[in-house]
Amino acid sequence: MRVPMTWLREYVALPTDVTARELASRLTLAGLEVETVDELGADLTGPIVFGRVLEIEELTGFKKPIRFCRVDVGDANGTGEPQEIVCGARNFAEGDLVVVSLPGAELPGGFKIGARKTYGRMSAGMICSATELGLWEDHSGIVVLPEGFGEIGADAIEALELREDVLDIAVTPDRGYALSMRGVARDVAALYGVDLHDPAEIEVVEPTGPGHPAEIADTGLADRLVLRGATGFDPEAPTPLWMMRRLHQSGVRPVSLAVDVTNYVMLELGQPLHAWDRDRLDGTVTVRAAKPGEKLETLDHVRRSLDPDDIVIADASGAQAIAGVMGGLDTEIGLSSSAVLVEAAHFEPRHIARASRRHQLSSEASRRFERGIDSRMQVVAATRAVELLAELGGASVEAAYTHLDHSSAPTTITVRAGHAGAVAGVDYPEGTTEKWLRAIGCAVASEGDVLTVTPPSWRPDLTDPNDLAEEVIRFEGYENIPSIGFKGMGRGLTEGQRLRRAVGRALAETGHHEVLTYPFVGERDLDGLQLKADDPRRVSMRLANPLNDEEPLLRTTLLPGMFKTLVRNVGRGLTDVALFEMGSIYLPRAGASRAPLLPVDRAPSAEELALIDAALPEQPRHVGVVLSGAAERAGWWGPGREAVWADAIQAARDVARVAGVELEIEASQQAPWHPGRCAALYVRVAGERLAVGHAGELHPRTVKAFGLPERTAAMEVDLDRIERARTKVVAPEVSAYPVATQDVALVVDESVPVGRIRSALIEGAGELLESVRLFDVYTGEQVGEGRKSVAFALRFRAGDRTLTAEEAGAARDAAVALATERTGAVLRG
Amino acid sequence: MSAPNNSFDPVEVTPLHPDEVARMREEALAAIEAAADLAELKEVRLAHASDRSPLALANREIGALPPAAKADAGKRVGGARRDIGQALKARQAVLEAERDERVLVEERVDVTLPWDRVPRGARHPLTTIAERMADVFVGMGFEIAEGPEIEAEWFNFDALNFQPDHPARTMQDTFFVEGPEGGESGLVMRTHTSPVQVRSLLTRDLPVYVVAPGKTFRTDELDATHTPVFHQLEGLVVDRGITMAHLRGAIDTFVESFFGEGLKTRFRASYFPFTEPSAEVDMECFVCRGASVGDPDAPCRTCSSEGWIEIGGCGVVNPRVLVAAGVDPEVYSGWAFGLGIERTLMFAHDVRDMRDMVEGDVRFTSAFGSEI
Repeated sequence: MRVPMTWLREYVALPTDVTARELASRLTLAGLEVETVDELGADLTGPIVFGRVLEIEELTGFKKPIRFCRVDVGDANGTGEPQEIVCGARNFAEGDLVVVSLPGAELPGGFKIGARKTYGRMSAGMICSATELGLWEDHSGIVVLPEGFGEIGADAIEALELREDVLDIAVTPDRGYALSMRGVARDVAALYGVDLHDPAEIEVVEPTGPGHPAEIADTGLADRLVLRGATGFDPEAPTPLWMMRRLHQSGVRPVSLAVDVTNYVMLELGQPLHAWDRDRLDGTVTVRAAKPGEKLETLDHVRRSLDPDDIVIADASGAQAIAGVMGGLDTEIGLSSSAVLVEAAHFEPRHIARASRRHQLSSEASRRFERGIDSRMQVVAATRAVELLAELGGASVEAAYTHLDHSSAPTTITVRAGHAGAVAGVDYPEGTTEKWLRAIGCAVASEGDVLTVTPPSWRPDLTDPNDLAEEVIRFEGYENIPSIGFKGMGRGLTEGQRLRRAVGRALAETGHHEVLTYPFVGERDLDGLQLKADDPRRVSMRLANPLNDEEPLLRTTLLPGMFKTLVRNVGRGLTDVALFEMGSIYLPRAGASRAPLLPVDRAPSAEELALIDAALPEQPRHVGVVLSGAAERAGWWGPGREAVWADAIQAARDVARVAGVELEIEASQQAPWHPGRCAALYVRVAGERLAVGHAGELHPRTVKAFGLPERTAAMEVDLDRIERARTKVVAPEVSAYPVATQDVALVVDESVPVGRIRSALIEGAGELLESVRLFDVYTGEQVGEGRKSVAFALRFRAGDRTLTAEEAGAARDAAVALATERTGAVLRG
Repeated sequence: MSAPNNSFDPVEVTPLHPDEVARMREEALAAIEAAADLAELKEVRLAHASDRSPLALANREIGALPPAAKADAGKRVGGARRDIGQALKARQAVLEAERDERVLVEERVDVTLPWDRVPRGARHPLTTIAERMADVFVGMGFEIAEGPEIEAEWFNFDALNFQPDHPARTMQDTFFVEGPEGGESGLVMRTHTSPVQVRSLLTRDLPVYVVAPGKTFRTDELDATHTPVFHQLEGLVVDRGITMAHLRGAIDTFVESFFGEGLKTRFRASYFPFTEPSAEVDMECFVCRGASVGDPDAPCRTCSSEGWIEIGGCGVVNPRVLVAAGVDPEVYSGWAFGLGIERTLMFAHDVRDMRDMVEGDVRFTSAFGSEI
């Protein structure tokens, strides 16, 4: 809502020294957020004066007709001689009253006026158009003023109100009343404790009889309709300059007097009006729901199919307007309309909101209706409009008019007098609540401690005690609420929350950079991952309104987003990139049905909540890592080391180890990994083996599809499952007896995974084994083709004695024996 | 060894003659002093302090002396040997110190050489700042609550008093999730972290003091000031006798701990369906502290010379929300707030462009390390 200060001051006796900026800060604190203060004409400097065109000489021989004018500007030019000005406009004649900017003037936008030679003549100044002066948008030529508007040579800046401060208020959805000068004025008057002159307080005479025939087919669609006519209207009567000026300042484009008047009254009183050409209306005006298949071409020249939920204003020939949203083209008021019928109605806000959204048509009217207008303003607004048409367009107001009223009695709110203070935490003096509620128009009856409040018809947002509390607190000043300490009884972070922080830190400390990628993916990404048609990761949630039509799906894996981020980094010249991400993926539940819309007047039952949960996808937290380039850099210490599949698997191990969980690792084949370099990762939860993810080198086709560097490695694990595998740490009993170390080298078939040998050794060695560590893998002539030698260091220790060489040897032999049995390993001689 | 000869005169045994003992002592001391390094000293030790050194040999002759002479000769030889031993020890210490000095100097390295063999990573500053923000409230006794990112419309809107068809519902540009066969799912990408309020009230015992940091989604194209995926920190308190003054206390504690002691805050009346009364929260600009307002010569980039920075929204939990969450509004009251995490990072660390927080360029992230 744009609020010109001059207009506002007509309704509020605001002290003259209150500036627009000061008012803006007060209003902003009180809930009418002033986004900007437009200082129109602030950059404008004179001399800009009234002038009379004395003589026009048509210049020919140029691409367009040009006029050389002599304009009387009185003594404003210091000489008293006529000013000679070249002008390209043609909409004026000798003797017209115009606005002249003289050399030295500066027009809005930093446009400096000087004397210069143009079209072969000296031109000293400019005859101004409305656009050039910032009056309103008009490209049809210069401004020709009505006779007597100003004295020749007198300053036009003041007279035309070229300088005006306009508040631009971002009105919140609850404060529909503030979409009117009247509503803003009421808040301002209350804030400053000054008198309000309510523009709605005009004399309205009861109708002498029924006006144009009308009916409301369904009072659920509208509870009040007023039709008031004016005849003998001069459709060519111009809109007065002051009205055009205010409309322009308010951001509304002047059109024609009849339309301008309806817009002006809407801005003034907040009631949207529609002006009908009465001669084009066919019979009874009906407010009804649109019929199935009904169509209407609206004023914006769009032919629309109407929905049975739309409210329409119809006549005998059909729908003529989408009520509260936009009028129809057929009945548009035109240059021949001399019989005008002004319609003012109170429509059901939700219908208007739905219609506006359905037709993607947000108008000044719909914005007001959907936020809630004054339910009792219709007769006043229609009357005000026809009276303006009479005053400015020579019309006669019809004494008979239509007023259908199906409104119900206003509801009341019961509230304790001290409620606002209890909400704010402030001890307001007695009577504070009553004072402010009356200031905004409520009727307040008090009985002891209890107030019965009837909100005014323009405040449909006031329904609950807390609504009233907000009104009191905002006028008392939000800034005056004190700051008081308190103490909750929280028990700190949960185990999972601490784990996730620790995982992030562990990955960062081992060289990975965290990224937070968007969850939006497309089929192309899934294809790039080489997922088969029946891969469960292709079953994903889909957005109805994606930002990018190529990416309508929600991720079922973190990898595509991370791949793209890695590629972006490499593209920016970073070669060694290790990234990690921790975030949710979304897995639809098979057979999920629509989430129910539950009532809000009670808590949902356990069954109802279960229905909602069943409709939601599973959203496990995953951790992913992608690696490319050097894992260890080359330097003066020697060569570096490229990140490989093993780094990706180790990253997964590290994540699990933060949780104190050991991963079980197996060779696997899973897209998007290299089929020979992919590990499947598992944890044990209560004895049951649970898959948590995969790690390894990426498939070359995936590398190519995403434009990744060759041999990029990656891992992705389900952190929630790893968390589930957590067990309580039982402190080990640390033995102080000496360690007995035994190294074994075993020769096995090259295909035997080291992990299997290791588990066999651990199992075979028994409880004396303290640790086992692989320290060498050897292939070559000495062990023969297709064979490898793997060397482990075994450390044995007992808790109660020093182990003898025989004991340690026996444990080692048992370990080797089981490895031999399980894997065919042979002790290397 | 000679046989005992009780009548033998010690002065007749040449090596035990006082002059001879003195000479051997002097000779040894001179040799010790002359040893230039530890190797020479080792030889000196062999020559003058070993079992076969002249004094050791002389010592053996003592046994052959008559008992009357033994003590005297023993004292003489022992003294000489002790002196030599002490001199050796002293010289050893001097020579070792000399050697150490020389060798350790030779082992000098260039300590300015880099050792960035394994590159360091970093956590995303939005993660770490969200943790820090949450921790301020954890310190005030809040717990951290969580909720799903794809959320039921009922939780995201209805339970929060966003009435169907009310313009507030369309104020937040919502990503809607399709149901099976393109139908309605009743699900959205949550547009705010506020649904966690209702989830917390439904699952926790009263009183509730929670913050919920998390991802939120709106259909804004990515540019310098917008991103479709962003982060909020929701706060909720529901207890007996809770007022806006406590809310202000919580916000003030947060602002002071994050942006500086003594920074003022202010509430501005506003509107959110799930709070009534509602407020926007501004904090005093921590850079200019308001000094830039109306001073065109000293503009403040941080607050655009407004003096105030908007940091979030808050208000008293609308009793209708309490009812939908099964809490009796006659007994309990509460408040809630929402803070923008991107916004907080932008202000706290001078991030100019939203895209830097989104694109995942490791140079941006690196600067923040593991903690913020």
